[in-house]
Amino acid sequence: MMKISKSPWLLHYDGSSCNGCDIEVLACLTPVYDVERFGVVNTGNPKHADILLITGGINRQNEAVVKQIYSQMPENKVVVAVGICACDGGIFKECYNILGGVDKVIPVDIYVPGCAARPEAIIDGVVKAIALLDRKRELKKRNAAALHKEA
Amino acid sequence: MSKRSIVPFGPQHPVLPEPIHLDLVLEDEKVVEAIPSIGFVHRGLEKLVEKKDFNEYVYVAERICGICSFMHGMGYCEAVENIMEVEIPPRAKYLRTIWCEMSRIHSHLLWLGLLADAFGFESLFMETWRMREKVLDMFEYSTGGRVIFSVNKIGGQRKDMDNDMIREFLGVFADMERSLKELVKTFLNNSAVNSRLRDVGFLTKQQAFDLGTVGPFMRSSGISRDTRKLGYAAYPNLEFEPITSEVGDCYARTDVRIREIFQSIDIIRQAAAKIPNGEVAVPVKGFPEGEYFMRVEQPRGEAIYYIKANGTKFLDRMRVRTPTFANLPGMLETLKGCQLADVPILILTIDPCISCTER
Amino acid sequence: MPENIIIPISPEGLLEEVLKMKGSGCRLVQICATRIEEGYEMSYSFGKDLDLYTLRFCIGEDVEIPSVTEIYPASFLYENEIHDLFGVPIKMISLDYQGTLYRTEKKTPFK
Repeated sequence: MMKISKSPWLLHYDGSSCNGCDIEVLACLTPVYDVERFGVVNTGNPKHADILLITGGINRQNEAVVKQIYSQMPENKVVVAVGICACDGGIFKECYNILGGVDKVIPVDIYVPGCAARPEAIIDGVVKAIALLDRKRELKKRNAAALHKEA
Repeated sequence: MSKRSIVPFGPQHPVLPEPIHLDLVLEDEKVVEAIPSIGFVHRGLEKLVEKKDFNEYVYVAERICGICSFMHGMGYCEAVENIMEVEIPPRAKYLRTIWCEMSRIHSHLLWLGLLADAFGFESLFMETWRMREKVLDMFEYSTGGRVIFSVNKIGGQRKDMDNDMIREFLGVFADMERSLKELVKTFLNNSAVNSRLRDVGFLTKQQAFDLGTVGPFMRSSGISRDTRKLGYAAYPNLEFEPITSEVGDCYARTDVRIREIFQSIDIIRQAAAKIPNGEVAVPVKGFPEGEYFMRVEQPRGEAIYYIKANGTKFLDRMRVRTPTFANLPGMLETLKGCQLADVPILILTIDPCISCTER
Repeated sequence: MPENIIIPISPEGLLEEVLKMKGSGCRLVQICATRIEEGYEMSYSFGKDLDLYTLRFCIGEDVEIPSVTEIYPASFLYENEIHDLFGVPIKMISLDYQGTLYRTEKKTPFK
């Protein structure tokens, strides 16, 4: 059986994070932590990506960018919010320019808290995302089969 | 004259870990002008001083940027300490120096890795970042955090490093120095790397001065100025000279930063030899009143903290001018006349930190 | 010990004083505004080697001030920032973003 979870591609976007979580996300992709052992490849192109990792909260200016990246990704996709700012705004919640967490503009599947989120936690989130990717795919297949039967 | 076209660059781009948008005006392949638009990471944290008191604000200051987190916290604390005329204990000053230089090493290694990634040398990127992890391990061992440390407070440090730990670190740095010497040979001597870096993106000494650039970006164009010479923390007791290059191209910027890593290791060694025993913090009473411009040399250059306090627990104004903000006009200048394919490398060689810039 | 001083000037004398700074070989370090009760307090910092000189003046609300981009071209970012965040009108900026440098949710949040 073909499984997308064998090699999901990952896209990272920096919302309005302080860089702390971004460099931890990058640290995950490099030796010592290395998520590539789960088949994860980092890509810069949203149309190649299955998993979207977002760090930092959402503000007025990047709202449209996040929405666009999300819409460019092919179905089935999983969104992982990395760091407390991406989860709900964190320390910057009270800032005038922060709308809140990523879930204010796009649906989020996995929340990874922490300031900054530790690489172990990020890897855990990515592994959960991979499992979810399979489940979403399975669900879609079943729905399609059910529709076919009805027809 | 060939037709002009405008190519948008960013905010989401494979080579950029952070969002910045540039409108590149091209004549065929040549960039004639670049117009930046920023604000994607703007949070407005300067205004948080109205909601967090001046002690709590240390945590916000540390989160201006996750790469120079320690130095942001320290710069803010030193500014407030200057207003309140608090003299921190000598051991705290040396601790600040050691952690500062560790931050510089980790930041420069991070940058070297990203540069290798930008010119497509993946294994070099991985190797550099593997080395950087050692610095982060030392940070975690000494402060408890990998990226955000929260060891600064107004009046000194929250944590002490015992002398055994410092000795242990010196051993790690000695190993690192050896393997780093091998690694940088690829950056400096490899012909493929050289062909991407040499004679690209010149900034003359005059331009560097006129455009108000700071840090390694400025020093690689021949201006010898290092804000550490101002004498904050324990720097007045340590010996070092600003590292410069006369060339002013991308290669010079790489070279300067590489030599700064070795310089930082040397500074840590000097500090470890001189660090006195004693307290690491003094109690601070009362509220600050007055104003002060504090300057700190970060990995990317001079950062400025302006603090205006009114004698209550909330500050009137906290303003930070970060090095990347000062370097942006210089970067736009280097972009003029370059090939479109060189744009990512040129942007990277100023070591941009967008979350600092936009706060 | 390097100097770190604040020099009070009048708003009308801004360009003249900035020209003097340029003439004495200073670089532009930063420009910032602070909200005070009856308007804004402007600080223009210049550096020579490690010395820091800050020109300081106060203006009322909605008082237009001239841009210094003619003298220090790199000041366009600072001036646009002050325009966007504080709402201080600045005329003749060489690259005027017309309020789009920071697209904040709330207009001029520091005003």
